[in-house]
Amino acid sequence: MVPHISAETIRRWVPLFVLLGLVLFFTALNPHFFSVRNFARIAISATPALMVAVGVTFVILMGSIDLSMEGTIAVAAVMFALILNRLGGSVVGVGGLAIPGALVVGAALGAINGLIHVKLKIPSFMASLSLGFVGVGLSLLITGGDRILIDDPVFRSLLTVRFGGFPLMTYVALFCLVVAWFIQANTTIGRNFYAIGGGEELARGSGLNVGRLRIIAFVIAGVFYALGAILAVARLGIAETETGRNFMFVSITSVVVGGTALAGGSGGVWNTLIGVLIVNVIGNGMVVIGLPDYFQDGMLGLLVISAVYLSMDRRAFSFVK
Amino acid sequence: MFELKNVEKRYPGVHVLKGVDFHINDGEIVGLVGENGAGKSTLMKIIYGAVQPDAGTVLIDGKPVHFRHPRDAMRAGIGMVYQEQSLIPNLTVMENIFLGFEAPFVRMGAINWRKMAKAARHQLGKVKLDIDPATITSRLTFAQRQLVELAKVLALEERVEGKLVILLDEPTSVLSRKEIDLLFDVVRELRRRASFIFVSHRLDEILTLSDRVYVLKDGVIVDVVNGKEARVESIQKKMVGRDINEEYYREDRQLDYRDDKILLELDRVVCKGRPHEISFKLHAGEVLALVGVEGAGREKILRSIFGMTRPEKGSIRVEGEPMRAFSVSNSVAHGVGYIPRERKIEGIAGGMNVYENMTLSQLKDYSTGGVLKLGAEHELARDWIRKLSIKVPSENADCGNLSGGNQQKVVLAKWRSSGSRIIMLDHPTRGLDIGAKEDVYDMVREMSEKGVGVILIADTLEEAIGLSHTIAVVKDGEIKQWFNCQPGSKPSPYDLIRYMV
Repeated sequence: MVPHISAETIRRWVPLFVLLGLVLFFTALNPHFFSVRNFARIAISATPALMVAVGVTFVILMGSIDLSMEGTIAVAAVMFALILNRLGGSVVGVGGLAIPGALVVGAALGAINGLIHVKLKIPSFMASLSLGFVGVGLSLLITGGDRILIDDPVFRSLLTVRFGGFPLMTYVALFCLVVAWFIQANTTIGRNFYAIGGGEELARGSGLNVGRLRIIAFVIAGVFYALGAILAVARLGIAETETGRNFMFVSITSVVVGGTALAGGSGGVWNTLIGVLIVNVIGNGMVVIGLPDYFQDGMLGLLVISAVYLSMDRRAFSFVK
Repeated sequence: MFELKNVEKRYPGVHVLKGVDFHINDGEIVGLVGENGAGKSTLMKIIYGAVQPDAGTVLIDGKPVHFRHPRDAMRAGIGMVYQEQSLIPNLTVMENIFLGFEAPFVRMGAINWRKMAKAARHQLGKVKLDIDPATITSRLTFAQRQLVELAKVLALEERVEGKLVILLDEPTSVLSRKEIDLLFDVVRELRRRASFIFVSHRLDEILTLSDRVYVLKDGVIVDVVNGKEARVESIQKKMVGRDINEEYYREDRQLDYRDDKILLELDRVVCKGRPHEISFKLHAGEVLALVGVEGAGREKILRSIFGMTRPEKGSIRVEGEPMRAFSVSNSVAHGVGYIPRERKIEGIAGGMNVYENMTLSQLKDYSTGGVLKLGAEHELARDWIRKLSIKVPSENADCGNLSGGNQQKVVLAKWRSSGSRIIMLDHPTRGLDIGAKEDVYDMVREMSEKGVGVILIADTLEEAIGLSHTIAVVKDGEIKQWFNCQPGSKPSPYDLIRYMV
C-alpha cells in the first residue's frame, strides 16, 4: 500500500508540532529559554500537573469528566503531611506510610466520586464538581486553615537532588507516566475505557460491566491526584488547602490541548504529556520573554478553544449542549 | 397536481429509485406500499424535500420545482406527518403547531400568546380536536398527538397558495381501531383542503382509504391499482414477486439441524409491553428466522434473550440451564452473541482497531491478572481475518474506516472467536452490496455446520426463506405461524406475508 498522510494522522500529530513550534518561538525571542536550567524549571512546575492530568485522562477517555481534583489534592496533601509528621516526620521508616496513606485517601475519594456518579446516576460533571468542593472544605476542616510544613530532607530530596540537571521528582513522575501508559495499553481495564468512550452501548453489548469500570476509572484518577498532591507538597515543602489550587483548569486544559477527545475514545497519556508540556512551556516562556502573566491565561483559553475545534468531529453532533 | 417524473436516486452501492413516475391529483388520497427496502422512505423524503433526487423532475401544477430542504417543500404546500412523532414534547401544543412560523404573532419581539392560541384553536378545529392549545404536548395521548401533527401540517394552508399535499407515514401503527376510524374520517373530510399520500404496512387500511395505490418494489413502481377494485392478495403478490435463486442463499449447503440438541428454549416468555407469550426452541445447527413487519416485536425477543431487557414472565434456558440474572454480561458468558442492526452504534467501536474490536467481549481469555496478552490478540485477529477473508490492510486498521461488509465480518469474528453457540443476527446484510451479502450467507452456513444456532431477522423475506430451517411469523408481538423451511419445501414469500399484515 502507498503510505499516504490522512487528515486523521495530521490531527494526531498537531499537538507535538505545536509544542515544538512554541519551543522554537520562545528560543528565538530569548535564547536563554533553550537551556537545561530552564527546562528543569519547566519540569518542576509540570510534574504535579502531569500526574493530575494523567489521572483525569482515564476519566475523559471514557467520555466522562472529573472536576474533583482540587479537593482531592487538598485532602490528600494535608493527610500526607499529617501522617508524615505524626509518624516521626521522615519518609524513611514508619513515616513512609504517609505515601500509601495519601494514595489510599485519593483512591477513596475517587471511589466515592465514582459511586455517586454511577449509583445515583448523577452526571459526572456535577458529581465531581460538588465532591471537589466537599474536598476543599474537608481539608480546611482538618487543617483549620493552617499550613503544615514538611522539612524532612529525604522527602525534599525529590526537589533538591538532581540527575542530569533534572530533580528526582521528574523521574518519579516519568515512572508513574509509564505505569499509566501500561494501564492504558496493556490491561483489560485500559482497553475497556476506550471501548466505553468509543460507544457505551457497544461496550454493554459486549458484556462489559460499564458501571464498575467507570468507578475504577475514578479510583485510578484519585490515586494519580494523590501522587500529584505528594509531588506538589515536595515542591513547596508545604501542605495546605491551597495546594490543590489551579489544578482543575491546568489539568483539563492539558488533556484537551494534548489531543484527547472530550467525547472519549481517543487520545491517551502520551497526549497528556504533550499537553502538560505545552501549557507549562507557554507559562514559562511568557515569563522568560517578559510578558505579564495575565497573558498566559488568555493564551491558554485560546489554545483550549483551538484544540477542541481541531479534535472534535462536529458533524457528529447536531447540538452542542 | 403534484408530480414526479422519472426520478432517480442512488446511494453508494445501491440504486434506490429507478425512474419513478408518480402523480397525485388535488383532493386525491393515494396509497404507497412496498416491502422494507423497496425505496418507500427515500421516495417520501424526495417528496417532502429532505432528499434531493439525482435525476428527474418534481412538478407542481406542471411547473418544475426544486426543494433544497423540507422548508422549501412546506412553502410549496407539502407537509409531512411523521411516523416517529416530530412534536417537541416539552413545548405546548400551539408552540408546536407554529414552530418556526411564529412571525405573524410577534410584535416588537414578543409573542402574543392569546393570538397564537386563537389561531391554534382554529387549526385544531380542522382535525376536530378539542383541547386547550396551551397543553404541554407530552400530556396528550398518541392519537391526539397524531392529530396535532396533522393540524400543524394543515396550518400550511393559510400560508401557501394552492392545495396541500400531505404525507402520512404509518399513521395508524400506534392507534387503536376506534382512533384509526376517527383519523380516517378526518382525512376524508379534509380532502377538499388537501390531497394525501398514505404509507402503511396495513394493506386493508390502504385499500379502504385510497383512491389509487402505487406498488413499489426494488425502486420501481411495478403497478398502480385502483383502490376500489384492488384486492389485498394481488397487491401482496406484486410487492414480493421475484425469483428466488437457490444458489444465492447457499441452499445446497443447508444441512438438517440436530433436533436432539436444544441450545435455547423460550418457555412462555412475555416481553415488556406485549401481552403475548412466546415459546420456541433453537437447536444446534438451526437457522431460525423471525419474520414480521417493522415494529412487530422481533427485536424485543432478541433483546430479551441477550439480557438487555428482562422478560415479564416465562423462562429462558440456554443449553438446559435457566437464565436467572438478566444482564448482557451473563448472556455473553452463556455463549450468546448479538449482531445488532446499528453496526455503528452497537456493533463496532470506531476508533478501535480490528483486533481490539474482536477481543472486546472476551478480554478475560486474553489477559492474565488484568494484563493483556497482546501477542495472542494479534494472532487471533490475523487468524480470523484469514478465515473470513476480511479485507483490511492489517489487524491494526481502524474499524471505523472499513466497509459495511467488513465491519460485519469483524463483529461476526468477535462472537465466533469467543465461542458463542447462539448467534443472533439482526439485519446482517442491511446496506451491504451483493458480494458482501453472499459472504454473510456463507458464514451463516458455516456456523450451522459447526453446530451454532442462529436466530435471524432478515432484511427481506427471500433472505429469511432462503437461509432458514424454520420461520416464525411474528405479528404484534405474537408468533402467528410456523413454517418449516427444508430445501425443496420452502414456503413462498406470499405464504408468509398473509400472516404478517
